[in-house]
Amino acid sequence: MITNFEILETIKMFQEQHLDVRTVTMGVSLLDCISQSADESCGMIYDKITRYAGNLVRVCDDISREYRIPIINKRISVTPISIIAAASDASDYVCFAKTMDRAARECGVDFIGGFSALVHKGYTIGDRKLVNSIPEGLATTDLVCSSVNLASTRTGINMDAVRDMGEIITQTARLTSDKNAIGCAKLVVFANAPEDNPFMAGAFHGVGEAECIINVGISGPGVIKASLENVRGKDLGIVAETIKRSAFKITRVGELVAQIASSRLNVPFGIIDLSLAPTPSVGDSVARILEEIGLQDCGAWGTTAALAMLNDAVKKGGTMASSFVGGLSGAFIPVSEDEGMIDVATRGMISLEKLEAMTCVCSVGLDMIAVPGDTPPEILSGMIADEMAIGTFNNKTTAVRVIPVPGKTIGDFVEYGGLLGSAPIMKVNTSSCKAFIDRGGRIPAPIHSMKN
Amino acid sequence: MQSGDQKTAVMTVVGSDAVGIIARISHLLSTHNVNIKNITQSILDDVFTMIMMVDLAAADIDIKDLSVELNTLGQEIHLTISIWQTDLFNAMHRI
Repeated sequence: MITNFEILETIKMFQEQHLDVRTVTMGVSLLDCISQSADESCGMIYDKITRYAGNLVRVCDDISREYRIPIINKRISVTPISIIAAASDASDYVCFAKTMDRAARECGVDFIGGFSALVHKGYTIGDRKLVNSIPEGLATTDLVCSSVNLASTRTGINMDAVRDMGEIITQTARLTSDKNAIGCAKLVVFANAPEDNPFMAGAFHGVGEAECIINVGISGPGVIKASLENVRGKDLGIVAETIKRSAFKITRVGELVAQIASSRLNVPFGIIDLSLAPTPSVGDSVARILEEIGLQDCGAWGTTAALAMLNDAVKKGGTMASSFVGGLSGAFIPVSEDEGMIDVATRGMISLEKLEAMTCVCSVGLDMIAVPGDTPPEILSGMIADEMAIGTFNNKTTAVRVIPVPGKTIGDFVEYGGLLGSAPIMKVNTSSCKAFIDRGGRIPAPIHSMKN
Repeated sequence: MQSGDQKTAVMTVVGSDAVGIIARISHLLSTHNVNIKNITQSILDDVFTMIMMVDLAAADIDIKDLSVELNTLGQEIHLTISIWQTDLFNAMHRI
């Protein structure tokens, strides 16, 4: 028998603390859509995606209405297109991006991910074509997300690709300059990219995955924050325990939705991603959790320690609540997508360097950060190289989603709307790293990668 | 994760106390053959809170449509009425 207290606690989470399921993402393998003819391949891709994911939005909306659990995003991830398009006669892969966009629109989903390449050790011909197609691919579509894996603990860092991505991000910003470089918000580079991540922009369906799966990303910063309000002044052991308990409850909601969606769509359940995903709404911020733990501002000294504890406690609570955990699974610290983070960045209380330090202990990395439009590509590459090093050498996933907004400079503000939020243009250290980036080559894998 | 009985649901009614709340709500439920299993209510700081366990096994309406009707009734009598699947609470609070 469920007690009244438990009932009211749950309802409060939905009605006052913004609890929702952030995304139900269907992963679809496109390996059987490979063809020498790009036209034929695109036709097969469109047919397959719409056949598999045609019901996704309806089923999720039904679950949402029946259970009163908001499911914010419905998404699709596909096999990295660099692999699918490699055998084709296409000279660039923009047509594949447009096909993905059309299929996503037909299915009614919010985003489709997988315009991706895995180049952590080197480029194939297909990888290179894909990377070169990213700026136009993102500029001519609305729903397509792109990701490139540049490094892994097992292989080291592909510094040629790191150099190239500085240029690609700059070009993407230029081609979408009329919309504050929104193309860059749909482009992320990774170290140790997970193959089952349901979150955008980095979702793709790895080659080791099954034909079709359902992955679910949870949310719930507001619930964690509210639970910590009840233990003000208590020691940190109690804080960690409180976070764990809330994370358990949040994850159970994700697990419930995942199980129901999987059975109604007749598609196997893949994983729950335990990431705490914030939004620009008040009361749904990871930064505000860190402040609740005792920091005047997110970004103050102590922030990294508080975030490390938060991230770890969320995983401990969440792991217990789900049969399969995967994806990124850690606290997200995007700037534009987090109300508290936007506030501290606007007031200058957090720097890119502090954000970089925080990425050592959380998932993802430098995320949704707007920088001056005239930031040279090699400085973007330097930023990426540092983040890749943190991921590669600490055996974890890290990423960069940086937006050099053309025509904007420090002190300006950009608005993207919706979940992408808004962000101040942040100060970048402009000291040159050009000679370092121009060297190219590979940074060898760290010694601790040799585990066999 | 699934509860044994798929047809039970939890209803919550929150708002200002008034005469006839239970009458209005139970009338609506009875027209749809929804059985009330349990009712608890309390008044805290002038806020009326009622939690009802209902059984939809013999109902002529599904939970989505019932939810819409309850919402309309709630607007008429100035109360927030919502209905939730029991599975949700079991998932969240029971291992």
